Amino acid sequence: MATTNKPGKQPLIEKLQQQASDLTANVQGSQAWNSIFRPGSIFRKGYTDSPRNRSYVIMNSVLYHLHPVKVKRHAVKVSYTLCLGGLSFFLFILLTVTGIFLMFFYRPTAAQAWSDIYTLQTSVTFGLLVRNMHRWAAHLMVLSVFLHMARVFYHGAYKAPREFNWVIGVILLQLTLLLSFTGYLLPWDQLALWAVTVGTNMMGYTPVFGEQVRFVLLGGVEIGTDTLLRWYVLHVLMLPFVIVIFMAIHFWRVRKDGGISGPL
Amino acid sequence: MTEIPEHLRKRAEEARKKAEGAGAAAEVPADAGASAPSEGESKIPAHLLERSRAAKDKAAGGGTATATAPATTATGAAPAAAAAPLPAAPGGNVQRLLTVVKSGSIQDVKAVPQDKVHVWPHLLVVEFVAALVITAFTLIFSIFVNAPLLELANFNETPNPSKAPWYFLGLQELLTMFHPMVAGVTIPGIGIFVLIMAPYIDKNPSNKPEDRKFAISLMTLFLMSWAVLVMIGSFFRGPGFNFVFPWDAGLFFEL
Repeated sequence: MATTNKPGKQPLIEKLQQQASDLTANVQGSQAWNSIFRPGSIFRKGYTDSPRNRSYVIMNSVLYHLHPVKVKRHAVKVSYTLCLGGLSFFLFILLTVTGIFLMFFYRPTAAQAWSDIYTLQTSVTFGLLVRNMHRWAAHLMVLSVFLHMARVFYHGAYKAPREFNWVIGVILLQLTLLLSFTGYLLPWDQLALWAVTVGTNMMGYTPVFGEQVRFVLLGGVEIGTDTLLRWYVLHVLMLPFVIVIFMAIHFWRVRKDGGISGPL
Repeated sequence: MTEIPEHLRKRAEEARKKAEGAGAAAEVPADAGASAPSEGESKIPAHLLERSRAAKDKAAGGGTATATAPATTATGAAPAAAAAPLPAAPGGNVQRLLTVVKSGSIQDVKAVPQDKVHVWPHLLVVEFVAALVITAFTLIFSIFVNAPLLELANFNETPNPSKAPWYFLGLQELLTMFHPMVAGVTIPGIGIFVLIMAPYIDKNPSNKPEDRKFAISLMTLFLMSWAVLVMIGSFFRGPGFNFVFPWDAGLFFEL
């Protein structure tokens, strides 16, 4: 033990430990540190696991405060929600992050789109991996939104007072499909071109306005470079903007309507 | 044990420990307790303490002492009652039960207390693990399976068959049965409209599965038929969008 030794002969390790803990105390006690980490942060000095700090963790975090401080006990059971709504949201975030990466290497013109993707896959570090992740996460998101809707229906969670949130949810499902469909054209390969041809031909059969609907969607009478630009802007800017607004309403309504439904 | 929230259990344990400590302290003579009031007694206003001390003195004096406080006049009027020892608290204070008010007569409790847990850590841990799992799955799947990139788009060469993305293949399948306007616009339009209106159509207030047999059957039928259409469109349609078996003709499907 250090106490039995002479003060000058303290082992080096203990001296260093002492200095490290002094440094930690100084940093954690500084004004700058306490201005960054709000009460309840695990990085604050003297953080303990107490009911008060558990509440502060949620209240004092911009991300976590989407949640209330407390939820019904059954709401944290994985077997009830299967995490599907949360996973849909998380996949959206994953798609945003990977999508921003892809945007650095892509130009939405008929002459360049396909070769940009090809170059991305062959010459950009992690390009192929990130494109794969974007593609598979998109399919997964369509699937998880579908399953989330089925889960909500089978729990009768669309009933009063949650009727309107169901309506928002169906709109979110359609926005998800539109996001996926607009992204489908962007690689500008044979798969993209003809899948979109089939899809837009179907929309062209809208009664009365069929021709106009098709013209607006394609930015012309036929799929071409204008279509590519139009769908690119829809895919990376307009639809994400709209879906974020609807998601905000969706999450807000979950809380306003008294948390998730149930128990059955 | 799992039913009791952790912080309540901790609080109960502390209270129990405190009670044991107080029991040991109670063996000290009552006079010592009066001269050194504990934390709980310090909350009692000074004039009440004085009044109770006077009452104690009077009880010791056999009821001959004159009343020193208004509250003791009531007991002074009835000497027989004064002779009986009043119930004394450990600190020597006299406590009386004034009245019992039943909670229902003055309170209107509307909110039923619910069994709740803190989001941190109970919910956030689950969400964090779910996010990790889905990220890991996407990452590992992406390492081993590449997204399709066919040859450059060519307007002069129509692939046979031409298929929409998988989630629209149910609609494309309907195209083989109905006029394009019905399959491409009317049916999906009505479908989405009914889906949006579901909470307003379904007037049944219960969310228990046994009360909602019709709604559940209808939704299951809808989801199943949709899944079957998507699967037929995905795996069982070959050149010319004709019906084929994937084990005979191969797979005509790209994600």
